[in-house]
Amino acid sequence: MADDMTGGVPVATVARVGVTLTVNGADYRLDLDSRVTLLDALRDRLGMTGTKKGCDQGACGACTVMVDGKRVLSCLTLAAQCEGKDVTTIEGLAADGVLHAMQEAFVRHDAFQCGYCTSGQIMSAVCLLAEGRAGSDDAIRQFMSGNLCRCGAYGNIVAAIREVRDAGGHDA
Amino acid sequence: MGASVLRPDGALKVSGEFAYSSDLWLDGMLWGATLRSPHPSAWIRSIDIGPALAMPGVYAVLTHEDVPGEKFYGLENKDQPVLAIDQVRYQGEPVALVAADHPETARRAADAIVVTYGEREAVTDPRVALERRMLVRHQPVRVGSTFSADVVVTGEYEVGMQDQAFLGPESGLAVPAEDGGVDLYIATQWLHVDQGQVAPCLGLPPEKVRLTLAGVGGAFGAREDLSMQIHASMLALRTGKPVKMVYGREESFFGHVHRHPAWMRYEHGATLDGRLVYVKAEILLDGGAYTSSSPAVVGNAASLGVGPYEVDNVHIDAYGTFTNNPPCGAMRGFGAVQACYAYESQMDRLAAACGLTPVEIRIRNAVSQGSRLATGQVVDTPAPLAEMLRDLDAMPLPESVSRDLRDLPGGVGQTTHGDGVRRGVGYGVGIKNICFSEGFDDYSTARVRVELLGGEPHVLVHTAAAEVGQGLVIIQAQIARTELGIDHVTVAPADTQVGSSGSSSASRQSYVTGGAVKTACEAVRERIEKDGRPLEVILQDGPIEETREYRHRRTFPMDPVTGQGDSHTQLALCVHRAVVDVDVELGLVKVVELAAVQDVGKILNPLALEGQIHGGTAQGLGLALMEEIQVRDGKVLNPSFTDYLIPTILDMPPMQLKILENPDPNAPYGLRGAGEPPTLSSTPAIAAAVRNATGLPLSRVPIRPQDIALA
Ligand code: FES
Ligand code: FES
Repeated sequence: MADDMTGGVPVATVARVGVTLTVNGADYRLDLDSRVTLLDALRDRLGMTGTKKGCDQGACGACTVMVDGKRVLSCLTLAAQCEGKDVTTIEGLAADGVLHAMQEAFVRHDAFQCGYCTSGQIMSAVCLLAEGRAGSDDAIRQFMSGNLCRCGAYGNIVAAIREVRDAGGHDA
Repeated sequence: MGASVLRPDGALKVSGEFAYSSDLWLDGMLWGATLRSPHPSAWIRSIDIGPALAMPGVYAVLTHEDVPGEKFYGLENKDQPVLAIDQVRYQGEPVALVAADHPETARRAADAIVVTYGEREAVTDPRVALERRMLVRHQPVRVGSTFSADVVVTGEYEVGMQDQAFLGPESGLAVPAEDGGVDLYIATQWLHVDQGQVAPCLGLPPEKVRLTLAGVGGAFGAREDLSMQIHASMLALRTGKPVKMVYGREESFFGHVHRHPAWMRYEHGATLDGRLVYVKAEILLDGGAYTSSSPAVVGNAASLGVGPYEVDNVHIDAYGTFTNNPPCGAMRGFGAVQACYAYESQMDRLAAACGLTPVEIRIRNAVSQGSRLATGQVVDTPAPLAEMLRDLDAMPLPESVSRDLRDLPGGVGQTTHGDGVRRGVGYGVGIKNICFSEGFDDYSTARVRVELLGGEPHVLVHTAAAEVGQGLVIIQAQIARTELGIDHVTVAPADTQVGSSGSSSASRQSYVTGGAVKTACEAVRERIEKDGRPLEVILQDGPIEETREYRHRRTFPMDPVTGQGDSHTQLALCVHRAVVDVDVELGLVKVVELAAVQDVGKILNPLALEGQIHGGTAQGLGLALMEEIQVRDGKVLNPSFTDYLIPTILDMPPMQLKILENPDPNAPYGLRGAGEPPTLSSTPAIAAAVRNATGLPLSRVPIRPQDIALA
């Protein structure tokens, strides 16, 4: 794949940057056009396709990942901004082949159909518990509202998050 | 069977490992891009591909001249050019293709192609198209001759153009093969109908166009027509390299058909005590530039145009028009959805005119087993609509309007102090045909193989049926397990190496592919029983394999003049009650609760079934309150998720569900297709609830804030 992403700008003026991305605990040294998003870097440069692109403009949440423990939309984040930060994607949630409690709960509650939104939903949900914002069903809905699910699995998503909250004491 | 068995693909989907079509990757592959028409109607005077071809990294630039075989394709009529020839008929019509070594390069090269257009008049008003008889189909329904009554209510209704808005945009990977053919990995609803359209356009025999289903990020009808299947294959064959195409969100709005917008005029006549005497209706559905599945959409709107009610005199004209608007085709509930919104709005008007409650008027006219539909078709299986309405009515209502401002319309924005907030309750009833209708030879094929693996019997189920999120993979496995009593069941990836399964649409796969898997399993079982030896012993001689086709009861075309005919094989009912709070000053609506009763004949998997009902309901909610592709003069104004809104988790309220199991003796296990009916009834229920809260007539969906606040 060519690395030229010149978008009509003469090549010489497109800044290239060397970035070290720490993804799921491993370091990757990349030479990138400075405008490459974290989402494209993950998917197209690192081959980590678990993070999904639904809109590429911050409107759907499918691309949600964790950066230094906080959820961000990777389509609105430049890869170059993530130098020195810890990026966690859906591929990094399971430990030693054992699914994260949230992943298990999503399976158990059938909290998806096509599954295209699911990586983003789960990353959001994991962060939501860490943020302490999953106190009630209303709160869960409020703070999950950036993650669209066109299949409409919302009721089961709330149920899955509630269960992990209650089991793990991650939240109020 | 009947248990909430979990999805076999679930673990992959929650860990990011499930390979959607957009995730496919081959070393050395190229990226395809599409140049689309900016005009809804224009002559193409010239196309200069020179500047694009000259760009470094570009491998191919193709126009209609490069289409190797037939130049036109289509689901029901081959009227859509693979690439525009001399003219464009809608904004977004594909004109040229590029393959390059980077997606950005491909995009820029497409932009560098110079097309000279001569703009011409665009017909964008379907009423004008109707006057000019630019019709894809006109289907009348004529029964009886009494068209006067004591109580008469009339209404004009409009439904906006809805988008399926699946979350995973169109994508696919075409790989040139050594035999001169192509292997296509694609997210689609129907592999074989894709193959049947792609192969002739490539000038190849079908066996040289092999399709494999890649992970599907939602479908809802939008993947029934082709998007880039032919395009990616053309680029792959031309360059000799694998070519991947992925639409962005904006392109996706132009890359698939939408739900037909509708203009409907209804007149209902009834006795003083609210019994229907007649229904007259004119239903106008805009099909846009090409045929797609408009004929089926018109057929559904016509045959189900009065809803699940008994009425002896019917005069319906349903029309599908050709215009220069975006092409419309299949979306969940196709045709039946639009009519349902109108006839249910009418039933509420009739209730008011007769002094009856919305539930009572519906019960008085409800179909039941033995009723005759407007098409003359007799409902010959259970249709307990009155009972369903009573069950719905008996469900507890949510608490009255909340005092917590955050719970009111506007949410944490706290736009109200509660003074302008009104509660409303509304009901909706829908009837949907399951499976393909009107004489279509609708079947599915299943291959079932039992063999010894590691000393134990294993079942392999192979069909071409597309799992689009509905849970079909589990249903197939559950059926095999039940029929054969063998625990180890694997469902092979869907591809064209086995016969067609038909489309994952019309709520038909559990029925038809379920039936095929069941029948193939029975054939395997028969062989085992005939043999008489223990299974493990038989299998030592080699695997047992049986392939079977399954067809549902035959259906018949509608009479072109009277609309009469047994056009449907199965009918399914769903009823909804919606409770809403409306801020009448700001026009904001909050759906507080939705309750539904649906008869599914037989529950195969409760979890997957509830998912279908929730999802269908949510899409109906979207149509009621927010979803519309806004088209002005043939141009789409809002092709993005910031401007085309779909329901979020905050918009979708908790649901009460009651599921009935009155078996249909004609269907495998007695089941009824379940995915579409809830999409029909939730829209009119919500619209009725908003009318109930506001007292406004609100004859158009989606209901926009200004429709309430500025009324
Ligand atoms: S892809 Fe990032 S929010 Fe939609
Ligand atoms: S599961 Fe399909 S979009 Fe959420």
